[in-house]
Amino acid sequence: MKIVEEKIIDDLKEKAKIIRCHIVEMIYRAQVGHPGGSLSAADILTALYFYILSIDPKNPDWEDRDRFVLSKGHAATALYSTLAERGFFPTDLLFTFGQIGSLLQVHPDKNKVPGIDASTGALGQGLSIALGMALGARVDGKKYWVYALIGDGEIQEGQIWEAAMCTAHYKVTNLITILDYNKVQLMGPVSKIMEVSPVKDKWLSFGWNVIEIDGHDMKQIINSIYEAKRVKQKPTIIIAHTIKGKGISYMEGTHEWHGKAPCKEELEIAIKELTNSV
Amino acid sequence: MIAVRDSFGKALLELGRENKDVVVLDADLASSTRTIYFAKEYPDRFFEMGIAEQNMMGVAAGLASVGKIPFVTTFAVFATKRACDQVTISVAYPSLNVKIIGAYTGLLSGYTGATHQAIEDISVMRAIPNMIVIDPADAEEMRQAVKIIAQHKGPVYMRETRDEWPDLFDKSYEFEIGKAAEVCSGSDATIIACGVMTSEAAKASKILSKENIGVRVINMSTVKPIDKDMIIRCAKETGAIVTAENHNIYGGLGSAVSEVLAEEFPTPLLRIGIKDTFGESGSNEDLLKKYNMDAGYIASAVKRVIKRKKVQ
Ligand SMILES: Cc1ncc(C[n+]2csc(CCOP(=O)(O)OP(=O)(O)O)c2C)c(N)n1
Repeated sequence: MKIVEEKIIDDLKEKAKIIRCHIVEMIYRAQVGHPGGSLSAADILTALYFYILSIDPKNPDWEDRDRFVLSKGHAATALYSTLAERGFFPTDLLFTFGQIGSLLQVHPDKNKVPGIDASTGALGQGLSIALGMALGARVDGKKYWVYALIGDGEIQEGQIWEAAMCTAHYKVTNLITILDYNKVQLMGPVSKIMEVSPVKDKWLSFGWNVIEIDGHDMKQIINSIYEAKRVKQKPTIIIAHTIKGKGISYMEGTHEWHGKAPCKEELEIAIKELTNSV
Repeated sequence: MIAVRDSFGKALLELGRENKDVVVLDADLASSTRTIYFAKEYPDRFFEMGIAEQNMMGVAAGLASVGKIPFVTTFAVFATKRACDQVTISVAYPSLNVKIIGAYTGLLSGYTGATHQAIEDISVMRAIPNMIVIDPADAEEMRQAVKIIAQHKGPVYMRETRDEWPDLFDKSYEFEIGKAAEVCSGSDATIIACGVMTSEAAKASKILSKENIGVRVINMSTVKPIDKDMIIRCAKETGAIVTAENHNIYGGLGSAVSEVLAEEFPTPLLRIGIKDTFGESGSNEDLLKKYNMDAGYIASAVKRVIKRKKVQ
């Protein structure tokens, strides 16, 4: 296995911090958005966009690029912040989020924003779209990879399991699915709303290869993707154990910050906590 | 005469030969929808998706977003309702190049009855932005439409009639999206029809010509975008309109024509179609008769609407 240098890991961690700051700032300014699920996904997105994905911000429609589908589209602020940092568009644009006429819709619109591969927001649909892209690569004999990020509440949708069945049936290995397993959804803990566990067993029984990681550990995120890429005959899901609202003490682990914007004081605390964190 | 669905299946096969970007997805119904011809010839470009229509629609969206031209087929009821949110959000919102083919039109569902009778598909699809809605009248129009919709960039919903149906068009006809065609001439009234009802309308026109009533028949196979100019011209020239569709009279062709007339040129109008009721099993002929959609009934409706014309 390729060993990722410590320096690179440190840089990625720094990036994730900046991205988390953008997320809360965007949501504060717009007074709309979904901080909890954006913050839980921030490290995964950082690892993907700054280390894993073969993409070109200067040529966002490059045919042979890797694709990423944010199936849990309400985490758009995380994706927008990451794309801006990666150079797909100026960071100024972030602060138009959700305003009338803005390219940055509260749920991502692929036709409005460079670097976005799928329009999502209706939960449960993104995995199928990603699967279609992966099958398209197969038809065309292309080598690109497709990544999908799904939520743990989202997997309550039946379509996810239709897609799970289909991906295994077609032995699709150029699609890597990551589950943002933060254990909280909109109205409360997943275990209370509609239990999805045992998650690992469910995917195993659908014929998938399963890797479990700490979704806030850059090294584990990167290594699990390397591992997934080597698996033959079976699709892989990376179950990333995460914390909803990760990085901001008063948001962590709670559903109350699923779709709520911070006030000025809360923003200041958030930024302070994020910049002081290691 | 060949079954309209066979015309579809063969046209799709031919299209597959000409255009390597065409891929086909079906949900365990390839022998019914006739995508089986394509599946046998091009197994690498055919995806059997099982009985899972929502995933099928999403996969089609993914394939389209990497440059393929997916034709997605299943029964119209499932394509437009089971997977309605996927059609709307995964396909239509990003305006992806997906061709949705809804098999078995209206009441004509091969005896299967209400569970398989798509009586609201046009209405649902018509209300989705970016979506084009087509209900071809016969095998020739279907054959041409398959190619034309593949050339059009963006989502299309097209109905696919199951059985043989009287031929209206020959090879000299040129199907165009959004362009209606006159199939019978006349100036006393106009029947605007789509799908299988166009030939019923033509029969009605023939019946009425024996009584010296000249009825124009327009084939409005593209229900959206609707050919407004044609509707207004017919209203001005004939002064009375009957619409005929193999669909609920709520939300389909009759509604679309009414919208145009009410806004642009109010004209006496009667709508023929399924009168907001569920269907049942039966032969095509028996169904059209029982639900007041056959040529005889259309002819009587024309007479009624002519009576409502303003005395000049
Ligand atoms: C089909 C659908 N149903 C409901 C919603 C409303 N909704 C948005 S986010 C959310 C909770 C999602 O929970 P989860 O997948 O766990 O996301 P995360 O906790 O990672 O934010 C709900 C119910 C939606 N967007 N789509």
